[in-house]
Amino acid sequence: MRVISFNKFYRKFNILSLILIVISLVFLIFKGLNYGVDFKGGTLIELRTTDKTNNISLIRDSFNQMNLGDVSVKKFGNETDFIVKFEKQNSNDPEFIQNIKNKLSSSIGDVDFRRVENVGPKVSSELLKSGIIAISLSLAAMLLYIWIRFEWQFSLGAILAIFHDVIITLGIFSIFSLEINLSIVAAVLTIVGYSMNDTVVIFDRVRENLRKYSDIKIFDLTNISINETLSRTIITSVTTLLALFSIYLFGGEILKGFSLAMILGVIFGTYSSIYIANPILVALNVSQRTIVKEEKD
Amino acid sequence: MLYFSKLRIISVIVFTIIFSYFAISNFVKFDDKFFSKNINLGLDLQGGSYLLLEIDNRPVITQKLQAKIIELKRYFKEKQITLKNFSLKGDTISFETTDNEIENVINILNDKESDVNTYYPTYKSHEFDVLEDGNLFSLNYSRYGLVLLKNSSLDQAIEIVRRRVDEVGTNEPNILKRGNDRILVELPGLDDPNRIKSLLGKTANLTFQFISQNNEESFGTEKLSFEDGSRDAIVSKRIILSGDNLVDAKPTMNSQTNETVVSFSLDRVGAKKFGKATSTGVGKQLAIVLDGKIISAPSVREPIIGGSGQISGDFTFQSATDLALLLRSGALPAPLNIIEERTVGPDLGQDSIDAGILSLFIGFLLVILFMIYKYRAFGLIANLALVSNLFLLIGILTLFEATLTLPGIAGIILTVGMAVDANVLIFERIKEETKNEKNPIIAFDAGYTKSRTTILDANITTLIAAFILFFMGSGPVKGFSVTLGVGILTTLFSVYFIARLLTSFYVVKNKDKEQLL
Repeated sequence: MRVISFNKFYRKFNILSLILIVISLVFLIFKGLNYGVDFKGGTLIELRTTDKTNNISLIRDSFNQMNLGDVSVKKFGNETDFIVKFEKQNSNDPEFIQNIKNKLSSSIGDVDFRRVENVGPKVSSELLKSGIIAISLSLAAMLLYIWIRFEWQFSLGAILAIFHDVIITLGIFSIFSLEINLSIVAAVLTIVGYSMNDTVVIFDRVRENLRKYSDIKIFDLTNISINETLSRTIITSVTTLLALFSIYLFGGEILKGFSLAMILGVIFGTYSSIYIANPILVALNVSQRTIVKEEKD
Repeated sequence: MLYFSKLRIISVIVFTIIFSYFAISNFVKFDDKFFSKNINLGLDLQGGSYLLLEIDNRPVITQKLQAKIIELKRYFKEKQITLKNFSLKGDTISFETTDNEIENVINILNDKESDVNTYYPTYKSHEFDVLEDGNLFSLNYSRYGLVLLKNSSLDQAIEIVRRRVDEVGTNEPNILKRGNDRILVELPGLDDPNRIKSLLGKTANLTFQFISQNNEESFGTEKLSFEDGSRDAIVSKRIILSGDNLVDAKPTMNSQTNETVVSFSLDRVGAKKFGKATSTGVGKQLAIVLDGKIISAPSVREPIIGGSGQISGDFTFQSATDLALLLRSGALPAPLNIIEERTVGPDLGQDSIDAGILSLFIGFLLVILFMIYKYRAFGLIANLALVSNLFLLIGILTLFEATLTLPGIAGIILTVGMAVDANVLIFERIKEETKNEKNPIIAFDAGYTKSRTTILDANITTLIAAFILFFMGSGPVKGFSVTLGVGILTTLFSVYFIARLLTSFYVVKNKDKEQLL
């Protein structure tokens, strides 16, 4: 079998990752994330018009006249489908949505509200809080698990790889102003699981090889391990990506953001388990003694 | 690892068949009751409304505190202890007493058998926290006092909400408590929640009060406006009758005026009160007040003693029906605010199901083709495991009547993509082992054994993510975590029982072939 020298590029890719992380962090800090109504509060309406001549600016104008705060209108799949989001949500007025529908019908013709989401400020801040807690908890749980199963050098490598994936995925969402909603949180958590999964497979092999070869330095040992597990890494990424692209392309508009986040996560997760997790083992100078010492305890 | 006992083979087959049967029962109708279970579709797939209501308990607290002041006054008067300067500021009752009574008042309020400040042994707490500063006392709801108050108002509210929703007659509504001041209402199949929203948005506090002619009523007066906003009226604070005394209400047509009215009938107590008040008040205007707004104020022409009456007030048939419904179901203890609403129309739900099934199908097909291309015969084995995995997953979701949401479908597709991972790990390991081991049975055995910890590690990490999502997530996202989590379990089953069984058959049969994998 041909052996690819992944380890030759550790430094180069580490620099690349570092740049990507810095860019992501800069965007996350200064531009922030485009929170959907789940986390920001407000109203989302997915509507379908019967009149095909309706365009975005016409719909935006009609909404702007209703005094609803910041209004954003986007096409949603079909030519007749639109997503409208605005800040205002009125929990005390049960007729709020009905009134909007009536006004809209008189200005742009018959509309069908296919989906309405109306989230109050209290609920949205709770959802945001529980989303952040969920992600932090799962990171902590992973850390704990990997700590129990491996030595601390490995845990550090795996956790940094996960942070890398999550930060860059969120960074891309920030750069392209893609919407963050509840399902993106679910996607991020799944990314965390997937990235961990990928890293664990390689680390298991590294550990096995550490026992097997006492004379090979960790720099080359990681490369051997990556190569030995490479076909598995590729096949699993390919099948997972096949499933995800199928959701992205055919699963409907609602799942687009979710599947996109997952696709990015799988790509970066696969990359990071090779180019983040392993160089950290090298940097920490992991050797046979690291695991033998542990096993004597 | 490749050896299977007969018993094991049979149990694997039986297990797989039973769950596949459940899976299929979603699509084919079986006659027997036990097997014809169905996966519940989430609101995002079948369409419907999700409403989260929050009780605004402030009016209840104020009301209870006002009642408490009256109770305290009466109680201490009976004990001949002078209390004075009662006041209610925010949520604090304060009063003063004379210096020689301080000890006495403290004892009464902090007594575990106290009649005015109930002690709850289970919480080791009184209803009110008592603070004293010289002869100045202040009373606040204790933490548990407040919890109990909120719980009881939630219990009342949920009962009323249930009645109102039932009256509208929606299909299998789901009404649940959330915390101690929220109610979750799920209304499957309802695409226009406006009627229910406006019904739930009303407290429906109905009172009958006389419009005061001179401003010197002994009970005091208040200024209320008419519902249509046209004018105001000064109304006596004395409540003749409240909605509690109503036993029935329905929309009817008044044959004389030809307008829609709500006619009601009263219980015995109510009828007596109403009769007495109307006989003394002939000629006066009787205001019918709903949630602080006057609906109408007809003049009393003659005493109403039959225990029934009519409410008129420019109703359409719909609004009269709704008012009658509200009156029948009773008043909420406090106003409810809708703090979250998610409504999906039925056609969008169907579109989502179609898209979900299409993408599942395509994703499944792509993965299957890829596996055959990669592993030939073993790809076929992995695929058979994958198919039974899918059946098992859907079967288990059906058996437990889990709720399938759109992200849940995505979870199934993702499971399909990730499920082959375990088989890939095993096959790749076997490939490595065959390099050094000529005997295929030993090589296969070693492949299974050596990959096991890796597979467990890899799956446990995903399972952790799924667990956390399940406990932290809500609604659709929860559905995702369920399919993801159950998917991991069925994957492990299909890999270690089904795929391994098939592999062992294949290897034993073809052990003399040159290259198996």
